[in-house]
Amino acid sequence: MSKSNKGWFALFTVPLLLVFTTVVIIPFIIGIGYSFVSWDGIPANPKVFVGFDNYATLFRDDRFLTSAWHTIEFTVLALILVNVLGLAFSLLVTMKLRVSNAARTMFFMPNLIGGLILGYIWQFIFTDVFKYLGDKTGFDSVFFNWLIHPHFALYAMVIVFTWQMAGYTMIIYIAGIQGIPDELGEAARVDGANLWQRLTRIVFPLLMPSFTICLFLTLSGAFKIFDVNLSLTKGGPNNATELFAMNIFNEIFGYGHYGLGQAKAIIFFVLVAAVTLTQVIITKKKEVQY
Amino acid sequence: MNRTSRTSVSTLLFLLALAFLSPIYLMLVNSFKDRAELYRNALALPSSFSFQYYAKAMDKMNFMTAFGNSLFITIVSVVFVVVLASMTAWMLVRTDNRLSRIIFLVFVSTMLIPFQTLMMPLMQVMDWIRVNLHIPMLNTRGGLIYMNIGFHASMAVFLFHGFIKSVPVALEEAATLDGCTKFGVFWRIVFPMLKTITITVAILDVIAMWNDYLLPSLTLSDKGLRTIPLSTFYFFGEFTIQWNLAMAGLTLTIIPVVIFYMFAQKYIIKGIAAGAVK
Repeated sequence: MSKSNKGWFALFTVPLLLVFTTVVIIPFIIGIGYSFVSWDGIPANPKVFVGFDNYATLFRDDRFLTSAWHTIEFTVLALILVNVLGLAFSLLVTMKLRVSNAARTMFFMPNLIGGLILGYIWQFIFTDVFKYLGDKTGFDSVFFNWLIHPHFALYAMVIVFTWQMAGYTMIIYIAGIQGIPDELGEAARVDGANLWQRLTRIVFPLLMPSFTICLFLTLSGAFKIFDVNLSLTKGGPNNATELFAMNIFNEIFGYGHYGLGQAKAIIFFVLVAAVTLTQVIITKKKEVQY
Repeated sequence: MNRTSRTSVSTLLFLLALAFLSPIYLMLVNSFKDRAELYRNALALPSSFSFQYYAKAMDKMNFMTAFGNSLFITIVSVVFVVVLASMTAWMLVRTDNRLSRIIFLVFVSTMLIPFQTLMMPLMQVMDWIRVNLHIPMLNTRGGLIYMNIGFHASMAVFLFHGFIKSVPVALEEAATLDGCTKFGVFWRIVFPMLKTITITVAILDVIAMWNDYLLPSLTLSDKGLRTIPLSTFYFFGEFTIQWNLAMAGLTLTIIPVVIFYMFAQKYIIKGIAAGAVK
């Protein structure tokens, strides 16, 4: 590169690199460092180097392990529900019906409302509307306050997350479906393939790139969920819905265990990266060309 | 499908979409009821339309201030992300050497880091800057905007990078021969050609930044600086029991989103689809 080209290169890239380095790179590196110390977050108090003690402690931390288990449970349920619903919506609205556009707009709508606000709306539904429905219809084994029951509170989170994400994956599945040439379906129809055969033999295999993206987005979104967790259940009842992100937040800013919380945060990063990369590699392999 | 079955499928689909939005209906109707009426029948339409709970919620949430803060922070952050990331991505694509490739790789790989991994050390870094360089990063709109730019840089560079790779260089070379500087080439020739991906980046970032709770909650402590998610959080801390008032408050927060959706709907849906193609 000539000198003037180097100057232009710097002029164009350095401003963003400076911001990016101070906001992402440096915090990430010193974050690794913090995970090896014991510190309560008060600047005047000493940071004591404890080696791998924080990492050893977190694997014996029952509350953390429980939150890990709940996060997995939540993620698996959310992954299935979001994608089944998103895919079903996308198939319905690509049928070229008169109401297709209106329906698409309506299914996507919740995604624009922030997680915190969605959680509050549903908090009202699960506590008061459900109770009202139970009293009126007599189905009080289904309609009761879900948020005070440890299992149902987790399912409530799955429902809210699905309500938020299904429309988003629908848009991506629609883009994938529209990329499949009509002739393929027509040819199969002529050959006598029924709807189910056309879906499973033609549409789904050619939708693999959309599956890769949608599974990645739902997987990482569900793993990192915080806002809905905070506004819907606050982690309750009795920590039964305290997922990973919230456990880390509470450990650091709630209990002031800065070192231990940061060690959890590093483990969290490793898990998110490992799980999402594995998923992308597996689904990428299943992508086919026509 | 024949005509009758098309009509019935259409009707079913529309009913399904309406049922999907029933939480919004419940929020809306209960924002007009008094407490007794709300508990008597949470599903029914209100017996009278009075906006008294809206007025009260608006006042308690300090809604206009929060709206102004959210608007300012979101717009300025998005403009900076678009300008800086498009410039960076263009240079990285057009300068094909090892440094460019390393920088791009760093941007992409850091997309896997969850916010929770960075939040505590980030606060320490920002505090260090405040103490040692005397730049107020915490509890200022500017500081939050700075952090927003940093957190959305990776995704934006990634999207611009992918798009620019498919833009032919011929026009840029012609402009250079005519004596245009790199700055001129970028702003006059390249940037206008990036319209599609610019809209995508802007839309994805507007949605993410407008709705963000965690980062603003860590950086902004002054009441007067609260964004909409922050003021909603504090409002709920005080008024959870009064659901009618709470529903009016939530409806208020959703109105700007619905207006934005009505005007930008086409671009939002295109943008999401375009942003997903990796």
